[in-house]
Amino acid sequence: MYKIVKRDQIADNIFEFWINAPHVTKAGRAGQFVVLRIDENGERIPLTISATRGDDVRIVFMAVGKTTQQLAAMQEGESIRDVAGPLGMPSAVKKWGHCAVIGGGVGIACLPILARELKAAGNEVTGIIGARNEGLLLLEDELDEACDELVICTDDGSKGHHGYPADILKEMVADQILDAVWIIGPGIMMKITSMATKDSGIKTFVSLNPIMVDGTGMCGSCRVTIAGEMKFACVDGPEFDAHQVDWDELMNRQRTYTGQEKESLEHYHEHKCHCGEHQ
Amino acid sequence: MNRRPVKERLQDFDEVATGLSEQNAVLEALRCMECPRPLCVNGCPVSIDIPGFINAIANEDFRKAARIIKEDNMLPAICGRVCPQEAQCQSTCILGKKDKPVRIGALERFVADWERENGVEAPETAPATGKRVAVVGSGPAGITAATECLRAGHEVTIFESLHAAGGVLTYGIPAFRMPKDIVQFEIEQVLTLGAELKLNHIVGRSVPVDELLAYDAVFIGTGAGLPYFMGIKGEKFSGVYSANEFLTRVNLMHADKFPEFDTPLIRGSRVAVVGGGNVAMDSARVARRLGAKVYLIYRRREEDLPAREEEVANAIQEGVEFVCCANPTRILGGPGVQGIKCIRMDMCECDESGRPVPRACTEAGSTFTLDVDVVIEAIGQGPNPLLAGLIPGLKRGRRGTIEVDEDGRTSIPHVFAGGDIATGAATVIGAMGSAKKAAAAINKMLADSE
Ligand SMILES: Cc1cc2nc3c(=O)[nH]c(=O)nc-3n(C[C@H](O)[C@H](O)[C@H](O)COP(=O)(O)OP(=O)(O)OC[C@H]3O[C@@H](n4cnc5c(N)ncnc54)[C@H](O)[C@@H]3O)c2cc1C
Ligand SMILES: Cc1cc2nc3c(=O)[nH]c(=O)nc-3n(C[C@H](O)[C@H](O)[C@H](O)COP(=O)(O)OP(=O)(O)OC[C@H]3O[C@@H](n4cnc5c(N)ncnc54)[C@H](O)[C@@H]3O)c2cc1C
Ligand code: SF4
Ligand code: SF4
Ligand code: FES
Repeated sequence: MYKIVKRDQIADNIFEFWINAPHVTKAGRAGQFVVLRIDENGERIPLTISATRGDDVRIVFMAVGKTTQQLAAMQEGESIRDVAGPLGMPSAVKKWGHCAVIGGGVGIACLPILARELKAAGNEVTGIIGARNEGLLLLEDELDEACDELVICTDDGSKGHHGYPADILKEMVADQILDAVWIIGPGIMMKITSMATKDSGIKTFVSLNPIMVDGTGMCGSCRVTIAGEMKFACVDGPEFDAHQVDWDELMNRQRTYTGQEKESLEHYHEHKCHCGEHQ
Repeated sequence: MNRRPVKERLQDFDEVATGLSEQNAVLEALRCMECPRPLCVNGCPVSIDIPGFINAIANEDFRKAARIIKEDNMLPAICGRVCPQEAQCQSTCILGKKDKPVRIGALERFVADWERENGVEAPETAPATGKRVAVVGSGPAGITAATECLRAGHEVTIFESLHAAGGVLTYGIPAFRMPKDIVQFEIEQVLTLGAELKLNHIVGRSVPVDELLAYDAVFIGTGAGLPYFMGIKGEKFSGVYSANEFLTRVNLMHADKFPEFDTPLIRGSRVAVVGGGNVAMDSARVARRLGAKVYLIYRRREEDLPAREEEVANAIQEGVEFVCCANPTRILGGPGVQGIKCIRMDMCECDESGRPVPRACTEAGSTFTLDVDVVIEAIGQGPNPLLAGLIPGLKRGRRGTIEVDEDGRTSIPHVFAGGDIATGAATVIGAMGSAKKAAAAINKMLADSE
């Protein structure tokens, strides 16, 4: 059992949990993730390590479906049945020169730990974060501190640049100041944003989020195609070269269980009404 | 073999094979001739004193029978169920020459089940040595190594990356062959000997390699969990599973009880399983229980199927349709599965092992399409690459196994390995046998270093 030591809502429908998991924090690095299972009936879901402090790991998630909504309803002091990790390969942190770390939506949550590690390795780091509107932005203060420079974008112009992180990235590519770029967010955002560096030769990483089960390389659920080759995102990734990813295949596979996800959520809300134990 | 009726067993995941009654066990035991030089023992990878325990059954001293078995095999309830007995102990039993061999596996299972119901005797353990042993993986290999080291008085920590112990016994072999309460019961026996079990711990990640190597001895039993894929077009469609994923979703995550359990699964109304081993049979039989029409596509002939005879018979009884001498060439559809295209195979000249080599037919009209909506690939698994690849200086064999000598020693002096990670995908009892040897070598090394 792994205790929730701190819980906050930090943006619309987005939550930050600190969970006691010394086995994760000991070696957990930027780019890696945990797999958690709330209770005996639960699904195993992957969530990125957003920060670590002592024996506690931070996860930041959007309550989108059954599991993340159930998680969001948990309180400080309660415990999660299983937290496995750290899983996946750490980010390619080394001295690159000038790096941009770009986050879209809840993907912003992955940036603080990455920005800090890149800084510590001697890089200059520009953070670029984007969300549909101001209410969906997160971790601005923390990123402001972790990065040398932070650019904020909103699709509707409610804060910062009116537009997308891709706009900012394009400018920086044109100025030829970047050596490496990380883009983390929804599939479609990563696909489109990474086009900005395509012809520039700038190393560009994305963090892929296919559907996972074990997270240890045992099932193949997370298989993705990188440069025409099959890779397992949970052990070979989740970070890969953006320009080698078969995006359409990834996004198709992410939609595998759309029908069941809806059913699961309905079952959850119904169940809540009947027994009242989850309210 | 006594089996529950097909109609009944397709409705649930309860055990198919029913055990022997006390009376029938004694009668079966009385058939054994107690050969002075028992050939059956040669067929058992852990050399159980088979006539010894069968004689105890014949004398209705079941407690004694259990004691005898446990000297060589700590997991008899498991082996009695899933050992390929017909190819091991029972294949060499002298009675098999003229008549049917003694049903050694069924008797072993009977004794284990009797003991579970009548109270298990804890094995004797040596006084504490203060030496620390790390066991990586809680499959049959890890559990066996842990038991042997505990009995020698060492402090044992078992690390398991999943949220449940047991390895393939838990996530792979379905409950209708290997009931999960029995697996958990046998594992608890080991824990009561004093092992510490750390679930959700991925060695190499949660437990860094230097921390692992700081133990006085290390046993690696990480198994052959890496699923292979055919490499044909359409494999990334939704509804294409590795057998590991399909079985894990059902056995470990209980997707058969969705939405009561959260893990989803595309059940499919028509399922193609590709492969011919135990893993393929298990997948096909699970799919039948989920209500699908099931085709099993195998590239050789029916008589070449590598799965246990008993499991093939069970699959046939349960209505699995065998499509032999055929091989898939592509999966049709997108984004979901809409069919599987296959080609007929000719059996050509034999390879060194005497098996004919299948080759795709070249004549026109050799291809056909099966109308399916789920494809499960059960074409084999490779050694788990994660940890083995992280330990500097650890010698690895072909396809990524860990190289070991006869006693399970690796190229690093205090690191040992056994089970599927050392041999490639094999059997439960094979994994236990190799783990036992490695544990004996560990115990000897630790005793010598006093
Ligand atoms: C490596 C990795 C890191 C991730 N990090 C984060 C993070 O830091 N914060 C965050 O909010 N989300 C993260 N995700 C996505 C997160 O796992 C899903 O949002 C979550 O599983 C949804 O579960 P649900 O039951 O609430 O929703 P559902 O209704 O079940 O699913 C909603 C969508 O989430 C995806 N999803 C569902 N089940 C899984 C699964 N088992 N594995 C992966 N994706 C799934 C599917 O695309 C689905 O359409 C990450 C995913 C991966 C693969
Ligand atoms: C579907 C199926 C059916 C089978 N049927 C039969 C049968 O009928 N009869 C038979 O004899 N054999 C059968 N087998 C084969 C048999 O199950 C295996 O040979 C046996 O389980 C191997 O045991 P093991 O302990 O070496 O590995 P496993 O059982 O694979 O256990 C390895 C364990 O190590 C864990 N692990 C891996 N890496 C790490 C790490 N880095 N850190 C921590 N933990 C880790 C894994 O999660 C797993 O739990 C079957 C196999 C399958 C898949
Ligand atoms: S362990 Fe397996 S091979 Fe040995 S006696 Fe028992 S059933 Fe036969
Ligand atoms: S070979 Fe057969 S008959 Fe002889 S001891 Fe073994 S089980 Fe009994
Ligand atoms: S999630 Fe199972 S192999 Fe990656």
